[in-house]
Amino acid sequence: MTLTDWFNKRKIQQIAARDNDVHIDDSIGKLWTLCYNCSSQLPKKDLENNLNVCPNCDYHFRIGARERIKLIADEGTFKEMYDNIVPCDPLEFVDTQSYKKRQQQAKDKSGLDDAVIVGTCKIDNQDAVIAVMDFDYMGGSMGSVVGERITKILEYALENKLPSIVFTSSGGARMQESALSLMQMAKTSCAVAKLNEAKLLYITVLCEPTFGGVTASFGTIGDIIIAEKGARIGFAGRRVIEQTIRQKLPADFQTAEYLLKYGQIDFIVERKHMKEKLSKLIFLHTKNK
Amino acid sequence: MTNDNKVQILDFEKPIYTIQDKIEELRQTSIDTNINYDSEIEKLEEQTKAYRKELYQNLEPYQKLQIARHPQRPNFTDYVNYMCEDFIEFHGDRHGFDDKAISGGIASIEGHHVMLIGTMKGKTTKENLEYNFGMPQPQGYRKALRLFEHADRFDLPIITLVDTMGAYPGMKAEEANQGEAIAVNLKEMAKLGVPVIATITGEGCSGGALGLAVANKVLILEHAYYTVISPEGCASILWKDASMAKVATNALKITGDDLLKLGVVDEVVKEPVGGAHYNPKEMAENLKSALIKSLDEYKGMTSDELRKHRYSKFRSMGVFAS
Repeated sequence: MTLTDWFNKRKIQQIAARDNDVHIDDSIGKLWTLCYNCSSQLPKKDLENNLNVCPNCDYHFRIGARERIKLIADEGTFKEMYDNIVPCDPLEFVDTQSYKKRQQQAKDKSGLDDAVIVGTCKIDNQDAVIAVMDFDYMGGSMGSVVGERITKILEYALENKLPSIVFTSSGGARMQESALSLMQMAKTSCAVAKLNEAKLLYITVLCEPTFGGVTASFGTIGDIIIAEKGARIGFAGRRVIEQTIRQKLPADFQTAEYLLKYGQIDFIVERKHMKEKLSKLIFLHTKNK
Repeated sequence: MTNDNKVQILDFEKPIYTIQDKIEELRQTSIDTNINYDSEIEKLEEQTKAYRKELYQNLEPYQKLQIARHPQRPNFTDYVNYMCEDFIEFHGDRHGFDDKAISGGIASIEGHHVMLIGTMKGKTTKENLEYNFGMPQPQGYRKALRLFEHADRFDLPIITLVDTMGAYPGMKAEEANQGEAIAVNLKEMAKLGVPVIATITGEGCSGGALGLAVANKVLILEHAYYTVISPEGCASILWKDASMAKVATNALKITGDDLLKLGVVDEVVKEPVGGAHYNPKEMAENLKSALIKSLDEYKGMTSDELRKHRYSKFRSMGVFAS
């Protein structure tokens, strides 16, 4: 083995170690979860009872769209809409697997048929529309269905003069739909423009993680932009930036706290206070009598 | 005027230049030996021309990609020089920065007064460093927005020329809120009450390109491309192998003809045989007449009609089942 080989091997091992340092320890089985942040072993039940927030270090685990809706909407008030809009495969895209197959796998994994659920609900008895993204469906990526459902629900808000809340969790645009995904950024942003013109409240809640095409469209043009505690948010990914500028980035780069420091978000909210905060915002934006 | 002698040769074009070398050799021999090879030379030249034409009519997407990225491809300055009788550049975002990767100003194109804005790429290393390789910072998008709003106020149609491999992925760019800068442009372009015509002149990569392209009409040059992610980026994420870029290029359907079918662009503008860099003047003339034709299409439309037209254009984007 030459010295170069040794360095290469070491590099590969380091990369592998880095990819593995965040994982759930399977050997403990289904009853326990390892906290990504403080490494403490948590009984799953306790974690769920604590809104999927680590009781030790307050780390906010990513949650699915349906769980999120339960935490925000008054019980039994959420009415899902536009779930008849489902994905197809306009480019007949195949990478190491076909897009069709990836759709099926994502459906099995998340129980959803695309990366966003939209509908109406009541929040402390106030009417609102909500759109909630789910990272478990193909990394929360935005393709035609995500774009269409979000646009539709914002148009519904426009028609019915309702406030809108969008929870983002997305790696960005969906590559398998190429330029069509890109156009969803324009489509959704144009829909937000209409809400602006009609002076209707549009709140975005950026959740772990929010990147790329979602950051560069409906995610960051909220009248109010909230970040959930601990969320990582950015336009370009950390590794891409590091490769481009050839220097290490600060540890807290692209965290919600970092964004707050740079004036990009209004405030950070913990999961347990999210509903209360949203409810108050809607209330305070209602016209004075 | 063609650039024949100075042009940087692309790999797939090599056979043409091999023949051209042969022609040169023959010419030299003709001079040295005093034997007349004129008819042979003429024949070879005809053949080269025919071959070039055939080659350029049957380009693979990956070959087009190389033409779109050709270092001598005409840039914003070239188009300004060839197309405009007048151009006065406006600088700065008014908040502390002037991004050189986006240039813009008030222009006259065959008597049409317009706001002309585009991404700026260099042709030399020095220029490229100055223009950051055509990758805008957030402040560049904010400068563009300022110019959009200026145009809206003074009723000037907006023409954008897009050639970028994307918005700059840097630490400072993130701190200055790159995502928001693009998102705001998408939203605010929707509200403009003047015609907006965007042209993808080279690379149209991702949100960085779209941030100047929420237009009533989107043109693309024949060998330019428009995509959600660079083929290299896509290959390294989906295939976990950047060398699969060629396969990714095909899969992403990024050429003008593909995008026309998907409804993402409205018109493909012919390039000269040999690509835009082979004859920048001809290219600029083609683009100019396409732009003027497009401007005429929106003449007489009210601000509201223009907004509605733009909204419904992007509203209909996307393919899904229901």
